[in-house]
Amino acid sequence: MIESILFMVGLGGCASLVLSFASKIFYVYEDPRIELVEANLAGANCGACGFTGCSAAAEAVVRGDEPPSVCVISNKEGVERVAEIMGMEAGTAESPHAYNMCEGGDRATNRYRYLGIQSCKAMAVMFGGKRDCHIGCIGLGDCVRACNFNAVRIGPKGYPVVNDDKCVGCGACQKACPKDIIEVRTLSEKILKFNQLSDPLAPCSQTCPAEIDVPRYIAQIRQGQYKEAVRTIRMRNPLPLTCGRVCPHPCEEECRRGVEDEPVSINQLKRFASDYEMNSGKRIPIKCAPDSGRKIAVIGGGPSGLSAAFFLRRLGHQVTIFESMPKLGGMLRYGIPEYRLPKKVLEWEIQGILDLGVESFTYVKFGVDFGLGSLVAAGYNAVFIGVGAWKDYSLGIEGEDMEGGFTGIDFLSRASKGEELDLGKRAAVIGGGNTAVDCARTLLRLGLEKVYMIYRRTRAEMPANEVEIAASEEEGIEFVFLASPTRLLDKDNSKRVCRIEYLKMQLGEPDASGRRRPEPIEGSETVLDVDTVVTAIGQSPDSVFKERDPHARMTELELTRWNTIENDPETLTTTIPYVFTAGDAATGPSLVVDAIGGGRRAARSIDLFLKGKKIEPVKESLQNKRIPESIFSRVPGVEPVPRVRMPERKVEDRINSFDEVDLVLGEQNAHKEANRCLNCCRLCYNPDKPAMGPV
Amino acid sequence: MGDFTVLAVSCIFVNNILLAQFLGNCPFLGTSKKMETAVGMAMAVVFVMVMAGLITWIVDHYLLKTLDIEYLRTVSFILVIASLVQFVEMFLKKSIPALYAGLGIFLPLITTNCAVMGVCLINIKEEYTFFQALAASLFYAIGFGLALIIFAGLRERIDLARVPKPLQDTSIGLVTAGMISLSFFAFKGMV
Repeated sequence: MIESILFMVGLGGCASLVLSFASKIFYVYEDPRIELVEANLAGANCGACGFTGCSAAAEAVVRGDEPPSVCVISNKEGVERVAEIMGMEAGTAESPHAYNMCEGGDRATNRYRYLGIQSCKAMAVMFGGKRDCHIGCIGLGDCVRACNFNAVRIGPKGYPVVNDDKCVGCGACQKACPKDIIEVRTLSEKILKFNQLSDPLAPCSQTCPAEIDVPRYIAQIRQGQYKEAVRTIRMRNPLPLTCGRVCPHPCEEECRRGVEDEPVSINQLKRFASDYEMNSGKRIPIKCAPDSGRKIAVIGGGPSGLSAAFFLRRLGHQVTIFESMPKLGGMLRYGIPEYRLPKKVLEWEIQGILDLGVESFTYVKFGVDFGLGSLVAAGYNAVFIGVGAWKDYSLGIEGEDMEGGFTGIDFLSRASKGEELDLGKRAAVIGGGNTAVDCARTLLRLGLEKVYMIYRRTRAEMPANEVEIAASEEEGIEFVFLASPTRLLDKDNSKRVCRIEYLKMQLGEPDASGRRRPEPIEGSETVLDVDTVVTAIGQSPDSVFKERDPHARMTELELTRWNTIENDPETLTTTIPYVFTAGDAATGPSLVVDAIGGGRRAARSIDLFLKGKKIEPVKESLQNKRIPESIFSRVPGVEPVPRVRMPERKVEDRINSFDEVDLVLGEQNAHKEANRCLNCCRLCYNPDKPAMGPV
Repeated sequence: MGDFTVLAVSCIFVNNILLAQFLGNCPFLGTSKKMETAVGMAMAVVFVMVMAGLITWIVDHYLLKTLDIEYLRTVSFILVIASLVQFVEMFLKKSIPALYAGLGIFLPLITTNCAVMGVCLINIKEEYTFFQALAASLFYAIGFGLALIIFAGLRERIDLARVPKPLQDTSIGLVTAGMISLSFFAFKGMV
């Protein structure tokens, strides 16, 4: 008996002695926080976090590879304690949330009628999915079973719905989903998401240069959730009031209803939702990520600058806008006339962006009052150049510089500043683009008796928006097509324009742009009596900043032969590593919505740059391309329903004032219009009536 | 050499530690849901089983038998195996961090694995010599890994099949285990 006790004690003693020596000899330094973190994880070694055991997960947290919320079964207090150990504030850490891209569910027809398989994973492995759409939600609820927090359920329409209050962002659903439909993203990741070829996107979302999730906000309007609709728009577009008024809505071009019927009036709905916010007088709070402590200078307070500033601020960076004009807004303020975009509206919209904590300085010109060197010296980590395209092209004809001769943007900005201009009674605008139309309609409102528009091709080739052309016709502007001005004439050497001479043209062979080239008819000189001539035949960026800035670095910023800043269209990086660009300065004159999309794309590159990551283009980036399979030539099941007419002011009223011409839809009409939306996704849509036979 | 071949066939197939002796059922069911985990577990078992087989054989022969206290075998083996695993873990962490990371959580989990204990006791009961004990431990561990990996492969397939609700998950796992076990009975005639 004694010897057995002695033996056990001896053996135990030996073992403990060996182990204690071993722990001395084989001691490996470990961050003491690992142990502390591990103590606050659930300790079940369940492996649901993707690591083999809690200690591996704790190590990953301490290394900084994983957020404090790594443990999928830990509760909120646990996460907070881990965050505390790691010296993060649990309150401000960006919490990811599950987000479901596909709203297809049951309306996509089943491809197989098989077998009662119970799991999405099995379905995906054996058949690639049971629905029409090969990327869409299968809807058998693997994500629901994977969620340990009861935050995911299969909604009434057959696709998962996430309860944001319960979701802790553990990512278990994302791992369980074989189709990458449900994704866990932080706010920043959502802001920086760009359309990809493999995404479930409706045609309208593909064609929108700002990549707004159109069907989602229309559905929210339909359900009366206007605030949510505005939030959805703001994820991609910081200027919904402006776009709702001036956007030529490329989204409506590919609208699936438009194949069989008139397209949905998407832009009117956007305007309805954003006007709702403005008229309610209460701003919808905009969430921003925690402060990153990085400073970015945005040069130019136009649409691209405002967009970049807005998104960079939401990503947690400190942004300062530098603007050369007296007020922010750029072309929106000085290039778009009051009757299309009231200053009051613009003011309200810009204030909303500044309220996020964006600083701004006006009346400071890049290259004159400050340069790249002074920005770097002031501690800015990156610079965004969005100076726009403000230099008007001139025709290069005789008499252009006489009194009474104006150029487009110059004229519009002077008119909008309220300068007194000597315009006489009759005017001619040369050009066929939106700027030319804006000039003509502005002239009319400034009290001129007769306004001509001189364009060298025909109405069909005019690049201006159809609605704008129609509106100017209604207002009594006279079009002179197939005409090419040759010189401006004055009376008795007074150096004051009084006539314009032009050659008549005829259309010849198509040129590189596909439009038929106008050719002059010899000896067809014609003369029009006018007191003012506005030339609006296009603009290019003003490169004065490069010429005036003596800083050596500036010579490295290369320009193209169109005077735009040399850039990579995918990443918007320039020839200087910390300088980024977007908008008209990068692309040449383009749409407001292009500038907004560009601003966000540049914000992504700047964010990557500030985090020291490689700036790579978005993988499989869509960027204005189409997903071929999502563009239909026939859309069965659509019954024509006329679109709701946009209310507008009477012609007699509007040509005498600068009051806004287009009015907003009423709530009832907005609902009616929203109901015309087929709520499309990549392949499926909600038809008006059940389609006959296979789609 | 022939003896060792017989020993191998007998340990891996005929007297498979999982399917014929029904030892180590907890990891068999617990770590067989994913192939990846199963392979990790199998590796860890091979490692620990061989080490434990060696040490316990030495303890038995030079301590228990000489002191004539064989009745303390089970208790002392538990102690020896537990401290051995701890020791090995510390050693690996310092010397071969890659292997340590590969085995991960499975190494400490095996401390309480009855298959390891079982193999040590069988070695003594069969009165193997030192080298026989070494070989037997290795072959038993291989048998364990083989069964575990086969089972994991099956379970991955079963996940995709239509299983009636009452039988899902562990129930169907046990039924399958039984069937594999039956098929392993066919090896009985070999030796």
